[in-house]
Amino acid sequence: MHLVLFLIFGALCVGGAINLLAQKHPINSALSLIVVMGSLALLYLLLGAEFVAAVQIIVYAGAVMVLFVFVIMLLNAGAEEVLPHASRVAVMLGVPGLILGLAIGIWVISRYAGLDKISIGGPAIMNGAESFGNPASVARLLFRDFLLPFEVTSVLILIAILGAVVLARREE
Amino acid sequence: MSIGTYILVSLIKIVVVVFVLLTAVAYTTLAERKVVGHIQNRWGPSRVGPFGIWQPLADGLKFIFKEDLTPPYVYKPIYLLAPVLSLTVALTAIAVVPIGPWVTIGNIHTPLQIADVNIGLLVVLGLTGIGVYGIALAGWSSNSKYSMLGSLRASAQMVSYEVALGLSLIGVLILSGSFSLREIVDAQSGTWLGFIPKWNFFKGQFVAFFIYIMAAYAETNRIPFDLAEAETELVAGYHTEYSSMKFAMFFMAEYANMFTVACLATVLFFGGWSGPVFGPALLRACLPVFWFLLKVLTFIFIYIWVRATLPRFRYDQLMAFGWKFLLPLAVANTMVTALVVALQ
Repeated sequence: MHLVLFLIFGALCVGGAINLLAQKHPINSALSLIVVMGSLALLYLLLGAEFVAAVQIIVYAGAVMVLFVFVIMLLNAGAEEVLPHASRVAVMLGVPGLILGLAIGIWVISRYAGLDKISIGGPAIMNGAESFGNPASVARLLFRDFLLPFEVTSVLILIAILGAVVLARREE
Repeated sequence: MSIGTYILVSLIKIVVVVFVLLTAVAYTTLAERKVVGHIQNRWGPSRVGPFGIWQPLADGLKFIFKEDLTPPYVYKPIYLLAPVLSLTVALTAIAVVPIGPWVTIGNIHTPLQIADVNIGLLVVLGLTGIGVYGIALAGWSSNSKYSMLGSLRASAQMVSYEVALGLSLIGVLILSGSFSLREIVDAQSGTWLGFIPKWNFFKGQFVAFFIYIMAAYAETNRIPFDLAEAETELVAGYHTEYSSMKFAMFFMAEYANMFTVACLATVLFFGGWSGPVFGPALLRACLPVFWFLLKVLTFIFIYIWVRATLPRFRYDQLMAFGWKFLLPLAVANTMVTALVVALQ
């Protein structure tokens, strides 16, 4: 049952991603990206991380993608023109295919060189299956074990916001 | 219970809730027109049946028979998608709202709620975020200047007030310790001194309640925050180019959002279904739902009352109010609540 649901939502995700590349008008691509974000949230739910799934919808699909859609609307980006000498299928599948090939190559090499046993996780991740995806356990990790990275990330985002405001300011 | 029974019970609950919600939406339009009318010292609709009771029916028939015009210059796929998205999101948010306690009918023990997830509050906030797309895409796809401006203003307003809305609910979360709406209601049961109910409003969240109500009025694009769809400003804003059933879908989505906001206000700040329970067993089973509906109707009445009374904000006043006043106030409320709880 788990496998069936994973295949359905995974297919939805991959379908959305391929549709994103295949559409000519950027607004359709943005909507396909929203479908991808949503199906990622469903995959997180399948993994038992319900808090991350909800936050994925609220932040990614509900705020970041709104920004994308605003930009496309305000710049009035039209449908892209077809390049006369390029095959659309080659452009669509070329870059992702290259990345996929590299990823499989790296995985095979690391598997045979024994490098995939290195873990980069923190102290409290594998503590028990019952206290994994709910908000309380995520909060415990975020505000106790990983407090410094959390605060540093907040400062980083603040710097990014200030940078955007400075760069977009009109010269008086 | 077995999976088959669970699915059957859930389907029955879904049908009942959707039916009740759509009827409530239709009669809220009538209530709005009558209440606004009485406040303005005139009768509202009173011809179509006693006290205008069949007016929503007449409105529905009118919408169905109106000419369903699709202008040739719109971007059709998204033009048709936008009202569907708005209405779907508006009708889905009611799924996590608890209406009453657990009931036992025959040998089926079930909560009066469609889905009791342990992230109920986050689901509602996420759906509100997705609701912005209905408006943004409607205005853009209509390919007309009034629609575009109206939808940009409305989306920017909704995104701004979502922040204040979310932050104002953190105080409630700290007091209840859970995102699940049923657990939030259960944490508000009981009374002090025998008659003051332990609602979050009386536990110190009155500032948060007012922030929530104001942010929710802005989220649902109601007066005093309805600049984006006011007739004297922008023709009709983002739904200028929509007619007949597509406009009716936007209309229903707005009233369904209003209903959801009222339900959330009672669940989060006023104890949901808590209220005096007395009498024989059948009355005891029905009274909690009655108290819940009474509180929800009170909030809808306040929505309509505010609509009839206040003028609307200018757009820059609106954005300044959201970012410069409500947001710092919500953060301050969070800090004070956290301090008080930590010192206990």
